[in-house]
Amino acid sequence: MNLTLKIWRQQNSNDKGKMVDYQISDVSGDMSFLEMLDVLNEDLITKDDTPVSFDHDCREGICGMCSLQINGEPHGPDKGVTTCQLHMRSFKDGDTIYIEPFRAKAFPIIKDLVVDRSAFDRIQQSGAYVSVNTSGNTQDANNIPVPKEDADMAFDAATCIGCGACVAACKNSSAMLFVSAKVSQFALLPQGKVEGKKRVQDMVAQMDAEGFGNCSNTGACEAECPKGISLENIARMNRELISAKLAVKH
Amino acid sequence: MSKSGLFKSSIGRKLAMALSALFLMIFLLQHLVINITAIISPDTFNELSHFMGTNPLVQFVAQPILIFAVVFHFIMGFVLEIKNRAARPISYNKFNGAANSTWMSRNMIISGLVILAFLALHFVDFWFPEINTKYIVGDMSGMHDGGFRYYEELLHKFANPVRVGVYVLAFILLALHLMHGFGSAFQSMGQNNKYIDGLKKFGVIYSVAVPLGFILIAISLYVTTLN
Repeated sequence: MNLTLKIWRQQNSNDKGKMVDYQISDVSGDMSFLEMLDVLNEDLITKDDTPVSFDHDCREGICGMCSLQINGEPHGPDKGVTTCQLHMRSFKDGDTIYIEPFRAKAFPIIKDLVVDRSAFDRIQQSGAYVSVNTSGNTQDANNIPVPKEDADMAFDAATCIGCGACVAACKNSSAMLFVSAKVSQFALLPQGKVEGKKRVQDMVAQMDAEGFGNCSNTGACEAECPKGISLENIARMNRELISAKLAVKH
Repeated sequence: MSKSGLFKSSIGRKLAMALSALFLMIFLLQHLVINITAIISPDTFNELSHFMGTNPLVQFVAQPILIFAVVFHFIMGFVLEIKNRAARPISYNKFNGAANSTWMSRNMIISGLVILAFLALHFVDFWFPEINTKYIVGDMSGMHDGGFRYYEELLHKFANPVRVGVYVLAFILLALHLMHGFGSAFQSMGQNNKYIDGLKKFGVIYSVAVPLGFILIAISLYVTTLN
């Protein structure tokens, strides 16, 4: 198939940036979206032009590295997939495809379609861990009973790959689905409950400090999340934060 | 550990929006119940209006709380809107919001602004004249030409078809605002649990029934004035 690509080009963080049109022909429906961009880049290099920069790593939908806002949706039109798992058969001959970076104040553009998502790292570092004393007498985790339902919900929350699609999809660039998944995977398990109150307050404070927007409960994040992270996690984070803030400090 | 208070955090502010919204939704229901009496029994409407307009508990406790809730809900809504817009300084060339969310949920600020404009009109129509008669002129009797004035004043206002049209339009936007706002308030309070599906269904019924009730009352009063 032959396609028209409208791609955001921006030399660096100081450049203003603009949409540039590219024509690409003989695209196979079996190509992944990133393979299609690889072909475009080979063509650009052959013509002595600068290739389009975009993030990618595992290309198996598990690392959370690939991004891209494709035709107005993060990771493109298919549900439950990352951009690397999106195939060109989802488009048809003659289509025009808009390819833009994930847009948020907290995700500054490095180059073209590559954004700096280290805000997510800083949120994780502020509390998404369990302090374990390596004294030699640490209890075996399997000795602590965990209800199956809680374990399942914690695991579901932990499948978040931190790609940032939730931020890109949200009209407010809110990071609440990501942060709530990280809060939930600990809050649901006995090991995580010990530091629960401190964790949720620190992570939400860091999230706010990074400049992400607020949650309007539109559900766009849940609909676009490649891992199907549920809005229930945001409700859980809200409960955790409200009860932590209202808790009497001794 | 963060030392900031609950209402300084993004989640705390959403909680504040939700709590004020719940209070306003309860008020709306009460307002509707009283207004229904206008088309069933004008005498009952007059009695209730006089009670609400002169009872000190309603006037000096409930009314200031209501005004505070309305003002707070709007101001906090604007504050959040400004913060949310600042979170995406450069917008997308193509943004397909309809692919993943409802129009109501993405445009609460628009439906909210229409409701705010309607409230200004509603205050000019009813609240300011009422305050003027009672507290500036000093007439607390509620009487005019030997009978209660409330129902007659209501009919007088709704004799104008343009006003009825504006009210109907505002109530449609109110329905859209409530359609998202009802369920959203419970999510903001952290209440996404086994009751949420039932609550959302009740929310849809509430969001349609309450504004529809106000619309039918406005049209019914207009029809009464034609006879």
